[in-house]
Amino acid sequence: MSDQIVKPYGDTMNDGRVQMSFTLPISWSEAADEAARQLVAKMGFEEVQVVEGRAIASGFSFFVVYASTPHGIDAAAIKAPSAKAHAMSMDDVDAFVRERIGRKVRVAGACIGTDAHTVGIDAILNMKGYKGDYGLERYGMFETMNLGSQIAVEEFVRIARDRELDALLASQVVTQKGSDIKNFTALAELLEAEGLREKVVLICGGPRVTNLMASELGYDAGFGRGTLPSEVAAFIATSMEKRGLR
Amino acid sequence: MELRIDSAAVHRCRAMAQAVVAPVEEFIAAHSTVAVERSVLRLLGVDGVGPDEIPLPNYIVDSLPIEQRPHGIALPFGRALAQTGLDPAALAVAIGEGRHTLAEFDDVPSEAARGALAPFVAAAMHRIAERRAERDERLSRIPQLEPPLLYVIVASGNIYEDRTAAVAAVEAGAQIIAVIRSTGQSLLDFVPYGPTTEGFGGTYATQANFTIMRTALDEISERSGRYVMLTNYASGLCMPEIASMAALERLDMLLNDSMYGILFRDINMKRTFIDQHFSRMLNACSGIIINTGEDNYLTTADAVEQAPAVLASQFINEEFAHRAGMPDAQIGLGDAYEITPDLQDGFLYQVAQAQLTRQIFPDAPLKYMPPTKHMTGDIFKGHLIDALFNLTSVMTKQTIHLCGMLTEAIHTPFLGDRALAIDNAQYIMNTARHFGDEIEFKAGGRIETRAADVLSQCEALLARVTEMGLMRAIETGVFADVKRPADGGRGFDGVFARSDTYFNPFESALRQAAGLEAVR
Repeated sequence: MSDQIVKPYGDTMNDGRVQMSFTLPISWSEAADEAARQLVAKMGFEEVQVVEGRAIASGFSFFVVYASTPHGIDAAAIKAPSAKAHAMSMDDVDAFVRERIGRKVRVAGACIGTDAHTVGIDAILNMKGYKGDYGLERYGMFETMNLGSQIAVEEFVRIARDRELDALLASQVVTQKGSDIKNFTALAELLEAEGLREKVVLICGGPRVTNLMASELGYDAGFGRGTLPSEVAAFIATSMEKRGLR
Repeated sequence: MELRIDSAAVHRCRAMAQAVVAPVEEFIAAHSTVAVERSVLRLLGVDGVGPDEIPLPNYIVDSLPIEQRPHGIALPFGRALAQTGLDPAALAVAIGEGRHTLAEFDDVPSEAARGALAPFVAAAMHRIAERRAERDERLSRIPQLEPPLLYVIVASGNIYEDRTAAVAAVEAGAQIIAVIRSTGQSLLDFVPYGPTTEGFGGTYATQANFTIMRTALDEISERSGRYVMLTNYASGLCMPEIASMAALERLDMLLNDSMYGILFRDINMKRTFIDQHFSRMLNACSGIIINTGEDNYLTTADAVEQAPAVLASQFINEEFAHRAGMPDAQIGLGDAYEITPDLQDGFLYQVAQAQLTRQIFPDAPLKYMPPTKHMTGDIFKGHLIDALFNLTSVMTKQTIHLCGMLTEAIHTPFLGDRALAIDNAQYIMNTARHFGDEIEFKAGGRIETRAADVLSQCEALLARVTEMGLMRAIETGVFADVKRPADGGRGFDGVFARSDTYFNPFESALRQAAGLEAVR
């Protein structure tokens, strides 16, 4: 095994110990415990221990399992670039925009589709911000619109055209049955179809969003849980400069 | 354990809430909305869909020429009933199929219309009373356990999967099941029809879905020997319609807030005030407990700062509910455990707020909402935060306890998540059952001081609202820093002023049933 290959660490290097829990749609019995054990073994795990198995309703049993994985991963070879590369404060960003862009940046954010959960977009846009980091509404060189919840993709694109937006922030919290991916994709495609895609910085956000996923969907950046407003602002400002969007 | 609180300040807050709500009630009494009128049709027995799958209540109300709207739907519909001799359901189908129009019957005298409506109004009121009596009978025969009542949500999008999840949750110990609605439904200006198997973040509220879940819960109630309550949402653009469906299908609780839709869904404030009033009169009569939405103040802004706004909103919600004839026992005022876990003594502030609410509203079945905002993918920490939430709830004797899920930040609950959440709550509430009875608050200590601060800030906030008037206060962003114009937002085009001949037979029947004075 190469030095770079890593396995989960329980209490000994390369022991590969993993914990998991799941529910099976069967009544509990000793046979149910054994079914859980064999299922985990079929997943490829070794040394499987069902440490807890019990009925949680008629016809449903819950299990907690510890097991060892034979697999490892070359962690050093993995690349997942972050969009949060530019550490800048609000004042830095405002100064950067003033000097390099020379005008106010027009930004709008929305929960698109039927999603009504504005907690993420509010944390980024509202004056108050998040964890002591002011929201984009507070930035002197940003003209910020919070469109709120349940904004149809068509409406968002219309606003982008009418208001000549520089940056669009699309938020999705609900991810059931892939609704987030569908909405993000629809927005990127419609901007493309309307000839606006090259003119804007397109950003998606939400607790399940990663930057890698965002680039696969054709976005310039994706911001996940724990993102600070200044990280988003810095990305908008620097990428506008990089792309010559003035 | 009792907080020493300034009872004179509490009296002043209540008096201010009355002063704030009184002018709004005058406005409400002079107006109606398309949703109220559709709910009149539903109560009369109109159901089903017409052309292009448009629900018949919408089709018929929309068929009324706009200049006739101020008189209400009841008289034109009653004229048609009188002349055709059809019952409301059959008449609605005939209108939907184009065999009749309301305009055909303009010449029929109003008295004939009222006479034709009367038996159907009486039948609806009778059915509502019957469903209420059924609930009372079941509750006395198979009573619930001592509060906090464990409340869990189901939200698969598919009513049949929801049913499976609900039954499993009841077997694990849940006493209240809420079917979360599909995320877009609050903004639909109609109620979807029939059983549904697709939704996002929840399942559509339809009358058929109500029946499916009610039947399943009645069955498991009998089997488990305790009555299981069913909850849905009378919020958004169809508050009164959902309330009428809930009355007819014996739901037990409805989320129903006097300001939530305005602030957090950008629904027009006039629409919301009128709709909440009619829906609450229905709720009062059907014995449904409302759950108000103060938790939303805490999830969208800082929970420590917003505590006074929560209390102010509770006073306002209480007053609106009283004016719709609701007794305290049906007013489930909301609060939530949303202070950041990083704050030193945050738990003390949570206890202060929960106990303050308990003492100010002693007879209200308080609805306590779990942590959501600061829940992360760290399910282990999340389970711990939920444990302290559970402890606060049992200590301060909350009534309706929405069980927190360790996977709150990740997905709509898995079946196993609900079982773990109920297990957590049962453990804490059993092991600390009488903890609150055994301890006292230190006089002038951190908890009492915090409670006193919240109360005095609430009083100051209500004073500002009293001075400005409620609508103006909402316009200027006094609540939750959200500004909503009086004539803006969704659903404003469905609001209209009543004419002198406006007639809504259920309004008078419901006011009479609730012991309220007749309108004008």
